[in-house]
Amino acid sequence: MLSGWGRVFGPGREIASEDIEALTRDATLTRGLARSYGDSSLPDPRDGVVASSRLADRILSFDETTGTLRAEAGFSLLQINRTFWKRDFAAPVGPGTQFITLGGMVSADVHGKDHHATGAFGVHVSALRMRLSSGDIVTASRTENTDLFKATIGGMGLMGHILDVTFKLPKISSAWVAIETERMPDIDSYLAGLKDAARRFPFTMGWIDTLGASGNLGRGVLMRGRWATKDEARPGVPMPLVRPGLPIVLPDFAISRFTVSAFNALFYAAHSVIAPRKIEHPETFFYPLDAIRNWNRLYGRRGFTQYQCVIPDVAGPEGVKSFLNLLRRTGGSSMLSVIKDCGDEGEGLLSFPLKGTSVALDLPVRDDTQKVVDTLNAHLIELGGRVYLAKDRFTRAADYRRMDRRIDNWKAIKQKYDPQGRLRSAQSARLELT
Amino acid sequence: MKVVMLGATRGIGRSLARLIASRGDSIHVLGRNADDIAKCAEDLKVRGALAVSTGLCDLVTPSGFSPALDAADQALGGFDTVILSAGVFGTQDELGENRARAAEVLTANFTNSVLFCEEARVRLLARGGGRLAVFSSVAGERGRKPVVIYGATKAGLSHYLEGLDHLYRADGLITTAIKPGFVRTSMTQHLKEPPFAGDPDDVAKTILSAILRGAPVVYAPPIWALVMMVIRLLPRAVMRAVKF
Repeated sequence: MLSGWGRVFGPGREIASEDIEALTRDATLTRGLARSYGDSSLPDPRDGVVASSRLADRILSFDETTGTLRAEAGFSLLQINRTFWKRDFAAPVGPGTQFITLGGMVSADVHGKDHHATGAFGVHVSALRMRLSSGDIVTASRTENTDLFKATIGGMGLMGHILDVTFKLPKISSAWVAIETERMPDIDSYLAGLKDAARRFPFTMGWIDTLGASGNLGRGVLMRGRWATKDEARPGVPMPLVRPGLPIVLPDFAISRFTVSAFNALFYAAHSVIAPRKIEHPETFFYPLDAIRNWNRLYGRRGFTQYQCVIPDVAGPEGVKSFLNLLRRTGGSSMLSVIKDCGDEGEGLLSFPLKGTSVALDLPVRDDTQKVVDTLNAHLIELGGRVYLAKDRFTRAADYRRMDRRIDNWKAIKQKYDPQGRLRSAQSARLELT
Repeated sequence: MKVVMLGATRGIGRSLARLIASRGDSIHVLGRNADDIAKCAEDLKVRGALAVSTGLCDLVTPSGFSPALDAADQALGGFDTVILSAGVFGTQDELGENRARAAEVLTANFTNSVLFCEEARVRLLARGGGRLAVFSSVAGERGRKPVVIYGATKAGLSHYLEGLDHLYRADGLITTAIKPGFVRTSMTQHLKEPPFAGDPDDVAKTILSAILRGAPVVYAPPIWALVMMVIRLLPRAVMRAVKF
């Protein structure tokens, strides 16, 4: 049995090898560190086996003058940070966890707190070496196999196995982060604050309380940040933080409406007296959830799903508000929902972000989870938004189709590079992508 | 440190080599596949190694040990540390059926590993000592059903390493026998995971610190020292009855 980060298990087993070329020869799907929440990284039950790139993690070359790095698909964001922070280089995007691989970062076209400023990961990728369904190994870039390149960015690993990735690391002033934290009393001020922060800061994000009484729906904590200058930075390179683990899977009642409300209230209260401005450890700022290694055990035996969607700017703040109100009515109790500003849509054909507001909620799996997701999706479609495949476990194929007008184009390219539809995942079968 | 390493391209050896590289040490990578060692060298260089060089050497071919170590000496300007992390694994199911494969494992893990250490020993002693760190295994602590032949090769190797340490420590040759417990690598992925399994990067930290402080034996993850203490004390009747 295998699962994504949400611990909703499905059939399958994983094989790993340092030799990714040999590993992918007969494989029908490759995954990295399995941090996608749903079933993106699970094999189609008819295949039963997924290749893991996690041991294929060599750096192949690095050019210090341009910051261009080429590394195997299993090279992780954690290793990028450990290897390059000390040389004043950073990853080009800042996702919420370090435990992801380059292959996964391309496949999900991951984005971070800096999406409004730097776009998603695909923007920074210049070339991919890939093994196609036919067994051939090819290069995909903006000049070579362009269609393959665009369909692979955000393409959930379904176009071909990614063997190595060439991308650029930006130079940074220091690896420490200068941050400001501000408490926002309601959703209107929060959304306005996000837009304002996006104009002034490369990193913005915030946590909101989706359970509050209607008066303070969306009260939350907004964070803004930028790389600290040499003068501001604390002395030395940020050392890796110690990470305790959650030793057991908590019982299902650990996450209830009551505990979530209590947590949200505490979190909000804890930020009342926080210093408005400080220099923060980059791991604390970028990866707060990595602090407890297997926090996914918090959600009990049935696991959880993350519902992440983006609501386009054309729907306005009213769209975000109507969505959050609907969430509250459907009874989805989400601990710390994350709301974030997204920049323009990238070139990846199935890439998630588009100009608008991204909302991410962790929902414990219960008997009515499918119904909750269906309800949220119905409203999301009205608003013109879409869900993030790397988080999804419950969206129906017909709903997904209505969310994304780009699917036909992507499928045509899939037909070209994998005419037999050999490469597939549990998710791609569920969403009828393959 | 100036380190020669056979077995840096995969598994725990790879993690250990990277850790050494990130300290800014110099490494000479020995291996049997030219492409593999070239990529390994580039990886170690970017991760911070002061200097990296490579040389062909295969644990299956002992005649190559002496020239490979001479070339390493040349490249590093005299090495002070030799690490042997190469080896061949096989379960009893596999080796009990396949005589040729059994001979390969017996020769590589015992005879050739000892011969490699002998070449390293002579060179290190000639310069007044140094560190010799060799991967044995907890599988060599007791005769056990799933790893009868593999365990025997590691038992022999552990004995040799202990003797070497007794004989030459006073002369400055510090021998460290590394005994990994179950570690999640490509070598072990087909095996059922027991309790106390470790990850290669964590295990490498434990091993490096033992090498640096000159410990004669290191179990990694450290909890395996306790596990093996218990297993060593188990009566034969119990060992015969259990599956592990």
